Amino acid sequence: MTSGSVSARQHGSLAWLVLPALVIFTAFGVIPLIGVLLLSFTSWNGIGEITPIGFENWVSVLTDPGLVHSLGVTFLIMALSWLVQTPMSILVGVFIAGQQRYRTVLAVLYFTPLLLSSAAIAITYKALLDPNFGLGASLGIPLLVQNWLGDPVLAIATVVFVVSWQFIPFHSLIYQGAVRQIPASLYEAARIDGAGRVRQFFSITLPQLKYTLITSSTMIVAGSMTLFDLIFVLTMGGPSDATRVLALDMYLRGFRGNMMGPASVIALIIVVVAVLLAMGVQRMGGKDANESRLEGA
Amino acid sequence: MSAERPNYLGSFASFLWLGIIIIPVYWVVITSFKPQSAYYTSNPMLPAEPTLENYQAVIEADFLTYFLNSVIVTLGATVPAVLVSFMAAFAIVRGGRGRFLRFSNTVFLMGLACPLQAVIIPVYLIIIRLSLYDSHLALILPSIAFAIPLSVLILANFIRDVPNELFESMRMDGATEWGTMWRLAFPLTQPALITVAIYQGLQVWNAFLLPLVLTQSPELRVLPLALWAFQGEYGINVPAVLASVVLATLPILALYVIGRRHLLAGMTAGFSK
Repeated sequence: MTSGSVSARQHGSLAWLVLPALVIFTAFGVIPLIGVLLLSFTSWNGIGEITPIGFENWVSVLTDPGLVHSLGVTFLIMALSWLVQTPMSILVGVFIAGQQRYRTVLAVLYFTPLLLSSAAIAITYKALLDPNFGLGASLGIPLLVQNWLGDPVLAIATVVFVVSWQFIPFHSLIYQGAVRQIPASLYEAARIDGAGRVRQFFSITLPQLKYTLITSSTMIVAGSMTLFDLIFVLTMGGPSDATRVLALDMYLRGFRGNMMGPASVIALIIVVVAVLLAMGVQRMGGKDANESRLEGA
Repeated sequence: MSAERPNYLGSFASFLWLGIIIIPVYWVVITSFKPQSAYYTSNPMLPAEPTLENYQAVIEADFLTYFLNSVIVTLGATVPAVLVSFMAAFAIVRGGRGRFLRFSNTVFLMGLACPLQAVIIPVYLIIIRLSLYDSHLALILPSIAFAIPLSVLILANFIRDVPNELFESMRMDGATEWGTMWRLAFPLTQPALITVAIYQGLQVWNAFLLPLVLTQSPELRVLPLALWAFQGEYGINVPAVLASVVLATLPILALYVIGRRHLLAGMTAGFSK
């Protein structure tokens, strides 16, 4: 920052420029966040009167095995998504960072999922995986003919696969960007020391990607906590609640079950758990995350 | 790197994943051109009896209305979001260390951690109380709000890199801060503005939860919601449903082919920092 106390006074009049953004974000971001806390202590069916009822919603939700179940499903999908997406995104990100030849073709085809809406993706996979008329059935490949969305275990696997299908391009894109920022001198030095590609990957690339790994993991964690669109269209939480994640649980209780109070409790659980997990991931990266990146640059 | 062995594992993973991405996309496109009868009988990976009847059916099912609704909501949310975020970012970077600006910046930074899903119930309540339920404005206002935190962050980082000498020399020439903002910072920030506009535009274009909760009239439907509703009504006619998926994606794919560099470069810069 170049502006000292003198220029601060000179520029003091700039404050109004921030007002439009601040007002609209306060109206639809900050106030609702306070609102969801207040609503969690009320009874409201979404249309009628809002009446305060104290801790009733909290007690009923926190003692409800349904909450534990959707929390568990959310964490399971989160963990599996991370395990599928992270290694794959790093491999692909490193590969496309070093390739000139395929980049144009890859960039158009490979990143298509970034453009598709979750609704379009879910509709496509519903048709594609249909046990009677889907791809597997019409090709006659028995391995592919499964009740992908009708069997609880397979449905979880399918959701993880489709989520990964949607987001691996995004994560490999940010890894690709990070790989390009690694100074070539590091690799030259390593090569002079006789390090092979694998050794270079583990001794240079991976440590240099540490900060990106934290960013990417944080996004996977936060994204999993709010996963909604895809599951809503793909499985609607089924079969028999096997894929009922927290955000869907909230929607179904609030907007389908007309119980906005308990739904607000779940909304707050989503925020608190998401923030705690994201902070946990950041902390795992250690406080030197920024410094090590600066050294490398 | 030319002297080295190729990156076999990386190549294998990349081409495997490329295949996994292309097969569904390819299948959707060829199936959307098949008549319903051929869908059940033909080889799913080969084109058969190509026809435009599915596309005709989708367009007759008010596709253009939904498309226009999506355009209205996306432009209506993205343009103001980028402009107010730019002004806020400019004030935060150039406005010195005033307490109010620092407070605003903190609010936006904390806003990054606030997911829309978590506040959708109060947003619904506010929209009802403002008598905006079931209108495009009901989608536009919260969409602007939730685009602000990330946009301000990216734009402020970018404006910070503008050399101070440029601002000083403009001031010497007698320019006001308002003039400096639009005639110096705005053009210089263009790459970031385009990135933010594309990214937020894509978010709004593909949004599902807000339209699901805040609108109900069929004539107000945006594309993702229309796809979902269409699938409910015409689920049996798979080629027609897939034609609707293609039609909904085509405009954005066309824009992507044109603006690819900006989108990819911006996403890389915005998220690997």
